[in-house]
Amino acid sequence: MAETKERKLPAPATSPETQAYWDAAAKGKLLVRKCTSCGQAHHYPRTICPFCFSDKTEWIEASGKGTIYSYSVMRRAPVPYAMAYVTLAEGPRMVTNIVDCDFDKLKVEQPVKLVFKPTDGGPPLPMFTPT
Amino acid sequence: MSIKGKAYIAGIYEHPTRLAKDLSLAQIHAEVAKGALEDAGLNKEDVDGYFCAGDAPGLGPMSMVEYMGLRPRHVDSTDTGGSSYVLHVGHAAEAIAAGKCKVALITLAGRPRAEGMATGTVPRSRGGTPTPDEPFEFPYGPTVVNMYAMCAMRHMYEFGTTSEQLAWIKVAASHHAQHNPHALLKDVVTVEEVVNSPMISDPLHRLDCCVITDGGGAIVVVAPEIAARLKRPKVKLLGASEFIKTQMGGKVDLTYSGARFTGAAAFAEAGVKPSDIKYASIYDSFTITVLMQLEDLGFCEKGKGGRFVADGNLISGTGKLPFNTDGGGLCSNHPGNRGGLTKVLEAVRQLRGEAHPKVQVKNCDLALAHGTGGSLGLRHGSATVILERE
Repeated sequence: MAETKERKLPAPATSPETQAYWDAAAKGKLLVRKCTSCGQAHHYPRTICPFCFSDKTEWIEASGKGTIYSYSVMRRAPVPYAMAYVTLAEGPRMVTNIVDCDFDKLKVEQPVKLVFKPTDGGPPLPMFTPT
Repeated sequence: MSIKGKAYIAGIYEHPTRLAKDLSLAQIHAEVAKGALEDAGLNKEDVDGYFCAGDAPGLGPMSMVEYMGLRPRHVDSTDTGGSSYVLHVGHAAEAIAAGKCKVALITLAGRPRAEGMATGTVPRSRGGTPTPDEPFEFPYGPTVVNMYAMCAMRHMYEFGTTSEQLAWIKVAASHHAQHNPHALLKDVVTVEEVVNSPMISDPLHRLDCCVITDGGGAIVVVAPEIAARLKRPKVKLLGASEFIKTQMGGKVDLTYSGARFTGAAAFAEAGVKPSDIKYASIYDSFTITVLMQLEDLGFCEKGKGGRFVADGNLISGTGKLPFNTDGGGLCSNHPGNRGGLTKVLEAVRQLRGEAHPKVQVKNCDLALAHGTGGSLGLRHGSATVILERE
């Protein structure tokens, strides 16, 4: 099934804690939060590391490379779409969509790269497309 | 302190309705409470503990306590979605063991069908202050079905599980549902019918999904001295456990559920093992939910669930592990989109010898009920109880 129509995407609710993430998204960059105490990156971003509970976390820019951990094409929707978890090259897996592709050719563990899609009145959403 | 042997399930009731256009939500809560207390041989004045979850109207337990005219000295409105009521059985036993109450009432009710709710296929925001996860998930369109479907997709990739194997779970449920006069779907279906039903979200078909029904149910958990003076068969709680499985900061692993932890803990507390269980009620929002929980509870090895459920192995009378003999959520009832309470009910019926004769397990003296609530693919609550006929 080829993707033909564009879906209207709701704007994400931003918060003071994650404003920088969405400001970067508006500039076409994907940020990941990384802990300088334990060295691990996490997602979704938090001020306090969910692994070691240190408050020494910082933003890093993701390379935009990843692989599909799992996906599902939501057929029963006004415009079908591909829900997915993508494993970022930086480590964390994130909820996202796979876009601009033939959904019937998607594979688990397929390499993907970052793209952004506009939302309805908010910052754009990081999504992925096959490389 | 263990809850082993400290509490008994004395009363159960399942509302017969599957479409409650003419009933209010509070009314269903009260009707199932009345039914379970009558089943136990107790009355409202005996209730000194009340348990409910997010399906109850109002702030926590307060509106329902008032509506039903209860006077509890212990309340608990822990909400872990559909698993809440399995968890409540464990919490009720803890409260009873600690002397905080002697007769604990647990109720569930819902009317998503009457309200025309698109339960599984439309992304829902909870409204109000967003949860911290919501901005990073909701705009992408997570629904109930596509998040469970992603678990199935990964399971197929890692272990070679097939749609036909998943279909056997629905087939087994349908074999049981044909004997339940209240079941929403009473027709026996075949593997071919399941895999040829419309694809909802790959790889889950329409018949991999549970029903959407109105209704509810209630459970009465009592102290041993209360159980001793009642006339109903005695169903003793041997073990209980709960867990919240999350995305773990991005270390997402869709191949297992929280049942891995609740099963191990409940079996350890009960002092029994999976092969001792004569009957299992397994949460069945989707076929994949059942398969993963069977593996995680230890009924088979991780990754071998597909082979375990195939060829009718879950059908009562012929299979090795009879499951969901009321037809479960896949065929009979998933009241309020929360299937944990009905899991406990059928386990109690089996232990009492009160299941339908066509599906009653012979000499059923040990049963397990397990619930999963929330979203298997995002974050979910798990709860397991192990029950014994005394």
